[in-house]
Amino acid sequence: MSLLDYFKTTKPNSAKLAKERLQILVAHERSERNQPSYLPQLKQELLNVIRKYIQINQDDISVNFESDDEQETLELNIVIPEQPQS
Amino acid sequence: MARIIVVTSGKGGVGKTTTSAAIAMGLAKKGHKTAVIDFDVGLRNLDLILGCERRVVYDFVNVINEEATLNQALIRDKRCNQLYILPASQTRDKDALTQEGVGKVLDELAKTFKYIVCDSPAGIERGANLAMYFADDAFVVTNPEISSVRDSDRMLGILSSKSKRAENGDEPIKEFLLLSRYDPTRVKLGEMLSVEDVQDILSLHLLGVIPESKSVLNASNSGTPVILDETSKAGQSYSDIVDRYLGEDKPHRFIDEDKKGLFGRLFRSK
Repeated sequence: MSLLDYFKTTKPNSAKLAKERLQILVAHERSERNQPSYLPQLKQELLNVIRKYIQINQDDISVNFESDDEQETLELNIVIPEQPQS
Repeated sequence: MARIIVVTSGKGGVGKTTTSAAIAMGLAKKGHKTAVIDFDVGLRNLDLILGCERRVVYDFVNVINEEATLNQALIRDKRCNQLYILPASQTRDKDALTQEGVGKVLDELAKTFKYIVCDSPAGIERGANLAMYFADDAFVVTNPEISSVRDSDRMLGILSSKSKRAENGDEPIKEFLLLSRYDPTRVKLGEMLSVEDVQDILSLHLLGVIPESKSVLNASNSGTPVILDETSKAGQSYSDIVDRYLGEDKPHRFIDEDKKGLFGRLFRSK
């Protein structure tokens, strides 16, 4: 590195990166923390019921729990494959 | 009424024991009768930091198992007669602590002590859970570093859901942030999370910033709580923290870089 480069380069701001990563991670972990503990089992049982009729993958079903001051919402999202499997 | 303070962090090596020793000594020096308890059963170290390792006869687990009385196990500090230490057992494991046993010991201490400082072990197992279970106040010791901040946030979740106060629906534990090993120079260079960054994420009341300081190692080498080193920044920072905790309004220090001249740079202060 030449002397000129030394003056030109702006150092990467790793603290900023750390903060961004933390904000995403902590938000995710907090939302999981507030979920009811029965959620994973509920998801598995729903998956079993649906699989009686349609073959779907583990990733095709999502169960989200959100709560604010007024209400708690349980959101269920199932992606049904386009090609019906015989 | 006694006040129970837990010093916690989740992550190890961030300065829990250093902080416990410093604030317990600080509160005692202010004239408050203070007990500090080591909850790290099997890995006791508070006795070393306080310089009383050779005076340990009975420990916390002995008291819980009624093999010794509380008065037999408590070690009175030689520098400050208002400070007492209850060491952890070195030969047992964490399962030797029971909620009922810990509760009994704390109740008995609460009869005569003003402050009870619980030095939590790292992790989220039994020792850590019991250290925070009965707390009124939590000092969350955090380093400006991602894994420490994440673990602190996890601890906050546990404090708000698994403590006695949470279970009884009482007023929640008061949580305070102690940001330790802070290096204003690296913050300025963008290499370290700033006080504001950490507060943005954890949203905690800041009790104080403890700068990275050589005096912390010097203090532990000699078994002296760093708060007694009144010339050091870390010692002054802990004094401020004790004052703020007791309700004094003190401006924060050690957040910004020192304005050092060439002379100061050549002769680096501690």
